[in-house]
Amino acid sequence: MKTVLEVSAIENGTVIDHIPSGSLFKILNILELENITNRITFGTNLESKRMGTKAIIKISDMEVPQEALNKIAIFAPMARVNYIKNFEVVKKLSVSVPDTLEGSIRCANPICVTNQERVLPKFEVVDKEKVTLRCHYCEKITTQEQFEIIK
Amino acid sequence: MSKSLVSINDFTKEEILKIMDLAAEFEAHPNQKLLCDKVIATLFFEPSTRTRLSFESAINRLGGRVIGFSDTSNTSVSKGETLHDTIRMVSNYTDMIVMRHYIEGAARYASECATVPVVNAGDGSNQHPSQTLLDLYSIKKTQGRLEDIHIMVVGDLKYGRTVHSLIQAMAHFNGRFTFVSPPELELPEEYKIFLREHSMDFRETTDMNAYIRDADIIYMTRVQRERFSDLMEYERVKNAYILKDNMLEGTKPNMRILHPLPRVNEIDTSVDSNPKAYYFEQARNGVFTRMAIISYLLGVK
Repeated sequence: MKTVLEVSAIENGTVIDHIPSGSLFKILNILELENITNRITFGTNLESKRMGTKAIIKISDMEVPQEALNKIAIFAPMARVNYIKNFEVVKKLSVSVPDTLEGSIRCANPICVTNQERVLPKFEVVDKEKVTLRCHYCEKITTQEQFEIIK
Repeated sequence: MSKSLVSINDFTKEEILKIMDLAAEFEAHPNQKLLCDKVIATLFFEPSTRTRLSFESAINRLGGRVIGFSDTSNTSVSKGETLHDTIRMVSNYTDMIVMRHYIEGAARYASECATVPVVNAGDGSNQHPSQTLLDLYSIKKTQGRLEDIHIMVVGDLKYGRTVHSLIQAMAHFNGRFTFVSPPELELPEEYKIFLREHSMDFRETTDMNAYIRDADIIYMTRVQRERFSDLMEYERVKNAYILKDNMLEGTKPNMRILHPLPRVNEIDTSVDSNPKAYYFEQARNGVFTRMAIISYLLGVK
């Protein structure tokens, strides 16, 4: 039995598990973790029975706010989020792809008003499995492969 | 917030039918001074003579007054004013804004900035709902009904916004479609998904003659030069789908030919004198349909 943790345990904070390996850096980006001073450990291309390979992120001394879970869901619909206190899981949440999305992702249509004027992108999620978005403004489709994160 | 018409989906089936009834009423009595105390802006950020004149004729027939611009070179837009500020300002001056813009989604955004109703007169390749409603009115007038109509759409199905909106509208009426286009301009997958989701019967072909005798409506569209980034591709397909008078032999007696206009050469002039040609009457229907839209949104009908 394997006893060594591939990414070391944290005392307090948030663990985001079951992230598709390819989505790790997008999630770090969309959660805007580049500029915080908390300790962050992550691993990717780890073994996973469910997913083949997966990525995991552990953020010390920070509770990732619930609003952020929707953002995680668009790149990692199967992600699990655990909140840790004194090395114990005190709360477990699974993410869910929201019905609508504001900000976060750029509309793939270059002549959409959201790319031409200072307008916050808004989408309706038309396919929750593939995470396909329809722009509220230009009504064009943006697919997950086209996702570009904006802040 | 006041009710706007940005996308054909903004109207329910009942509202579409209400517009049909109002348009028929305005056709019977075209001069009704319902808007004597109203000022309406027509803001054309992209030139369009036909649509603008049709709207302005509709407003004038209703007794309203029009302010606006037909190109942006002499306006504050050319000084870099944002769409938001232009719309907020014009909201203060008018009771309704009719707008065309080359930016897609501009009308939806304007409807969120404006304090008065916004009517979308075309936003890029996205929506042009007054065109769709006048198409429906023309179908209803010529066929006596909107339910179970077989429409053969020919030409640019990829970029043609009138085609896309017509498909969405006909979902209310169990419309049946034959799509005729070169492979380069075939209907985008998202609309095929829409058709399947709404259990609408459709088929695709590259041959204009294959199902022509089965059609109630032939809806011709222009292959627009400005939609092509590759002009070689435009030259290759522009003459592929031309409707000629001799092709109409054996078509249904009730069949009528529609075209959103302007036409280039996709309908040969030999068709114009055929009683099945309906595109000029269709343009006339546009005035009555726009009178119906404006008076409905302003609550005077």
